[in-house]
Amino acid sequence: MRTFNVRRARFIALCLLPGVVFVALFTYYPVLRGAVMAFQRYNLFDLTSTPFTGLENFRAVLGEERFWTALRNTGTWVVVSLFFQFFLGFGLALLLRRHFRGRGLYQAWVFFPWAMSGFLIGLLWRWMFNGQFGVINDLLLKTGIIDQRIGFLASPGWAMTSVIVANVWYGVTFFAIMIMAALQSVPKELYEAADVDGASRLRQFWHVTLPHIRTTLALIVLLRIIWILNFPDLIYSMTGGGPAGSTDIITTFLIQQVIGGDYGRAGAVGLLVLGLLLSFSVFYLNATRFEKSR
Amino acid sequence: MRRVATLAKVVVLAAWLLITLFPLYWVVVTSLKPKPEIFAVPLKYWPGEVTFEHYEELFSFADFGTYLLNSLMVSLVAAGAVTAIGVLGGYTLARFTFPGRGVLMLAFLVTQMIPLFIALGPLYLLMSDLDLLNRLAGLMLVYVAMLVPFSTIIMRGFYERVPVALEEAAQVDGASRLVAMVRVVIPVMLPGIAATFIFAFVQCWNELFLAITFIDSEDAKTIPVAMNSFITQYDIDWGSMAAATVVSVVPTLVLFAAIRRYIVEGLTAGAVKG
Repeated sequence: MRTFNVRRARFIALCLLPGVVFVALFTYYPVLRGAVMAFQRYNLFDLTSTPFTGLENFRAVLGEERFWTALRNTGTWVVVSLFFQFFLGFGLALLLRRHFRGRGLYQAWVFFPWAMSGFLIGLLWRWMFNGQFGVINDLLLKTGIIDQRIGFLASPGWAMTSVIVANVWYGVTFFAIMIMAALQSVPKELYEAADVDGASRLRQFWHVTLPHIRTTLALIVLLRIIWILNFPDLIYSMTGGGPAGSTDIITTFLIQQVIGGDYGRAGAVGLLVLGLLLSFSVFYLNATRFEKSR
Repeated sequence: MRRVATLAKVVVLAAWLLITLFPLYWVVVTSLKPKPEIFAVPLKYWPGEVTFEHYEELFSFADFGTYLLNSLMVSLVAAGAVTAIGVLGGYTLARFTFPGRGVLMLAFLVTQMIPLFIALGPLYLLMSDLDLLNRLAGLMLVYVAMLVPFSTIIMRGFYERVPVALEEAAQVDGASRLVAMVRVVIPVMLPGIAATFIFAFVQCWNELFLAITFIDSEDAKTIPVAMNSFITQYDIDWGSMAAATVVSVVPTLVLFAAIRRYIVEGLTAGAVKG
């Protein structure tokens, strides 16, 4: 055990330097500057003076009706997307758990949405949900589920459902694969022991599988919540937040502030999102007793 | 009973496959239909007549070739840099303990969770100060920064699966640490390195928001930026759009299929380990 070794320290520093520089300069610096701007009047189209205005931006944002709509929509977007991604993903994971012929090939095919960007997925579903020429209307008409075309993306009542459908389509496979990995981490001996005890499949699932993967599931779900919240790409190209703000989520709202050039307000929204995420994460980790069960 | 259960399983899996693949099928079919057929009611599920006019349009009117080259350049360079930096950084994080290691790991992890859109405005100003707006180099720099935390964390995971004894043996034989790393460890990790490179490549290829913030000149547009400018609020030329989607997604699809196993392994190992 050498306490200090110059060559070793130099090697470590040189290896880490490029990464640290890039992340500091192009991630942390702009994030911090954005946080400072939250307390400034900072409009791209009037940079003659950028005075500090305290909580002015927060007051302005919180006073805006669209902010609250976006916040409510964010709740729906995250909770409903997550619900379906989780349960459909879980079901798929259980079906894929045992090895069968062609499983690798099957996984390769169902994985393909992950090669696409949220932007392209949004476009794809925008075309399929089209009120006049959309294939979804056509299929629903043909099967007799509806008797009149629906303007899915044109009506505030349907637009959120539509973007969530697209998001679920995108996210289920990945959830399934994460959960599958978790399921495979359960030691086989536990099931063998349960078999010897004569426990049914259902009881095994409940008393062996679930307790064993609970912590992992809790973590995957948390990551997913953050991820879905930070995923405005699909909504951006599918509805642009419309109609009438009905599919605006907090991150599309944030992007609109940036495009509008009001970096002060964008900073305020960003900080509010960050605060929300952090307090939620702390609450969540506590609620799932994450620390203790490790 | 077992028969019924197996049958049910097959049906569900087949249904999911169909649901996953149908949109891909639909975009390909749309891109091959002549315009009147795209907007024909009732819809045609199989093109009556196959045409490549949308693809031709893309390359004659829209200069899609330039956008493709731009995307290719940005993605190749950025992914190369991201991978190299990840290979170096991941190695030190996996093999050494040193003061600040925990903080660094946390700093990298946190970037994956915070809404980076808060940085969009300030990044624009930074790019403007550095005179990097409308330049592919600017995009490359930002993409590298965006993907370095991920590549470093993933590479660290891959290194941890390579036994330390392997390098120690080489070092005992007189090789320096760097030589041991390059000659002994890296060859073992090549699949993981390739996977990281391709993943980064696909991310850069697909990135939209940073690109539309920094780029608006024709000759610096990447594919997503160009496609975004095809959208006018009420009118989209769906034929060209479908063709553009196919052109931009096929290469990434092939690459992704090649590395799927490693990406799944890398990500799930991270998640399961917590």
